[in-house]
Amino acid sequence: MFKFISHFGIYIQWLMQVFHKPEKVSMYWKETLRQMNSIGIGSLVIVCIISIFIGAVTAVQFAYQMSGSLIPRYYVGYIVRDMTIIELAPTFSCMLLAGKVGSNLAAELGGMRQKEHIDAMEIMGVNTAAYLVQPKIIAALIVVPMLVCVGAFISVIGGYLAVVPTGLFSHAEYIRGLRSFFEPYNVWMMFVKAFVFAYILTTVSCYQGYFVKGGSIELGDASTRAVVYSNILILLSDYIIAMLMTS
Amino acid sequence: MIKAINIFKNFGEQEVLKDVSCQFEQGKANLIIGRSGAGKTVLLKILIGLVHPTSGKIWYDDVDFYSLEKQPMRELRMQIGMLFQGSALFDSMNVEDNIRFPLDMFSHMSRKEKNQRVNYCLERVSLTGTNKKYPSELSGGMQKRVGIARAIVLNPKYLFCDEPNSGLDPKTALVIDELIYSITKENNIITVINTHDMNSVMEIGDNIFLLHEGKLAWKGNKDEVLTTDNETLESFIFASPFLQKLRKKMAEK
Repeated sequence: MFKFISHFGIYIQWLMQVFHKPEKVSMYWKETLRQMNSIGIGSLVIVCIISIFIGAVTAVQFAYQMSGSLIPRYYVGYIVRDMTIIELAPTFSCMLLAGKVGSNLAAELGGMRQKEHIDAMEIMGVNTAAYLVQPKIIAALIVVPMLVCVGAFISVIGGYLAVVPTGLFSHAEYIRGLRSFFEPYNVWMMFVKAFVFAYILTTVSCYQGYFVKGGSIELGDASTRAVVYSNILILLSDYIIAMLMTS
Repeated sequence: MIKAINIFKNFGEQEVLKDVSCQFEQGKANLIIGRSGAGKTVLLKILIGLVHPTSGKIWYDDVDFYSLEKQPMRELRMQIGMLFQGSALFDSMNVEDNIRFPLDMFSHMSRKEKNQRVNYCLERVSLTGTNKKYPSELSGGMQKRVGIARAIVLNPKYLFCDEPNSGLDPKTALVIDELIYSITKENNIITVINTHDMNSVMEIGDNIFLLHEGKLAWKGNKDEVLTTDNETLESFIFASPFLQKLRKKMAEK
């Protein structure tokens, strides 16, 4: 418990350094663009792939559950849409990103720490916490909601591809479901989740990498911790957001 | 002048530095020497603020280094150039970008002026034309020279070098020593070098501080090294059997 409180205190102090005024905005902006490309473009394909399957599996399983029931058949589009928008797209995508991007960020910063790159920047007078972490957080806050949005869209297409061409449902049923009971508030909830998850996965992963000590084993451990803690905190915050925004 | 006064450093139970006091003078190559584990690197890191001392003070001219707030400390650090043992070049940047990094971050020079400054620094370390090469494409000696070029690009007042000759052949080590020494004299800066290379000691040691088991065991200059009767220094210098034989023969003559 004491260790947790100690880490939390260091994390808060570190965040105060991270959100310090940049020494030179142009350098930070350049780094932010690089990170946006790395996190966003670099993760687009994998997010699209899992999104297709999220939609497809949701649609197929819903079809299985509703067989023999009195639920209207067009509900399949409605269920796939809302399930992906409210829960599956933000949570699955961000848990995937915690694995892909989070481990990468922890390894990148940990490697820089071990090779004395961070010390070299400190000696130059650079606020390393701000220069190395702030652009990553800003980039993630911009591109992760975009990825989640694309993911939700692709999931709906994935659901369509899983049930319409296979003859489980007709095109008209699926599209009618998609157009039914739409609540714009759900999209808002999706973006809130995406923002919060993006913040969690970048700050937790960067924290683990930035304070790495020791050699390659410790770096591996930090990378693993980055993924595990990010995922736990994403699920915890998912629950809290759901409680707050749906009560 | 940089002054270290009564520096103590403990890592848990282990006392790494015990009451070390020394002064590093301007325009001179100040060498911290000693065996591995003597506390040289810790002292160097304390001098530049990467490790905090358990007690003691570091003065940069009339500024108490550890009493500074974060921002003034960063401003002071902009006057510090540092060559790391492993060069610490940024792998994802080419030579030019590595050297330009401090300029991009802190100067208000135009692009043309920055390019001129980068090329001057590369010329100064005899690496003209390597602008677009990546650190992985350079030899150890070349990486050290790029590290020096990056360290001097902002015209620092203080230059720190951690084991500049480690992993280099004697000839390349000599080139690096001469380069650091000439930069020190040309720019009249305070240079602190952490080494256990005896060639460096005899070539460029204006001021020499011997650390032994965390204590300052001897101080002097390169001329005094051979005439001293300090046992710790003697056992450090003449550690190899070859040098001991050589010394015996010289004594006999």
